[in-house]
Amino acid sequence: MNLNLILFLFLALVAVVTAVLMLINRNAVYAALFLILNFSSIAVLYLVLGAPFIAFSQVTVYAGAIMILFLFVIMLLGAEKLPTGGNLRWQRPAVIILAAVVLMETAAVLLTKGGSQPPLQTPAANFGNPVDVGMALFTQYSLPFEVTSVILLVALIGAIVLTKKEKRG
Amino acid sequence: MVPITYYLGLSAVLFVLGIVGVLIRRNAIVIFMSLELMFNSANLAFVAFARYYQTLNGQLFVFFVMTVAAAEVAVGLALMVAIFRSKQTIDVDQLNSLKG
Repeated sequence: MNLNLILFLFLALVAVVTAVLMLINRNAVYAALFLILNFSSIAVLYLVLGAPFIAFSQVTVYAGAIMILFLFVIMLLGAEKLPTGGNLRWQRPAVIILAAVVLMETAAVLLTKGGSQPPLQTPAANFGNPVDVGMALFTQYSLPFEVTSVILLVALIGAIVLTKKEKRG
Repeated sequence: MVPITYYLGLSAVLFVLGIVGVLIRRNAIVIFMSLELMFNSANLAFVAFARYYQTLNGQLFVFFVMTVAAAEVAVGLALMVAIFRSKQTIDVDQLNSLKG
């Protein structure tokens, strides 16, 4: 029971518990806050896996921008007090049963096929630092990088066009 | 360090929880949030494999996935706002205007 295993189990427990609490919460604002906790625990898992740049961009982009956008829209639409009906009688147990089946299949495959994997080797000291990631982004992955700038521009224009009010008269 | 199968198992659990969220919930915004949970589980698998093979390619893919997910969330939430303006609800069971 070394420290790495305890750390991983704690972070995994936080991630799974906050995900479950997000799913079963009736209030959409509480669900968004639990998802922010989930993203933060996954960011710490990225740090443990040796990806500091990705960990901090996860906190900045996902937990800091995307979830704030979600909270804005939830509060704009008043979604936390929308009533929820109850005519999903047979679908909920069916979903839970099928999810349990998929999880058992995944566990079976992981335990038999990849059963005796050694622990992950410690990488170089500055593995995943921003300098190396930036070098790869601008040299080897420069085409996807430029394409993502076009994607962001398209998303910006699309969001503005979709929410524009129609002019009357 | 733990073996990589632990990270893959956690990624699978989070992915299945995301799918359960998309299927069970009827609030469209919570469905979107379950979608983000699925994205994150895939990102976790990518970063775990990047560490396993000691290359940076997995982390760069996570970078692009995050960017595209941000663009998708912006457009999707704008769509939600437009739908709410016309139908005054975001309950997906009531978005059935095209139903024959």
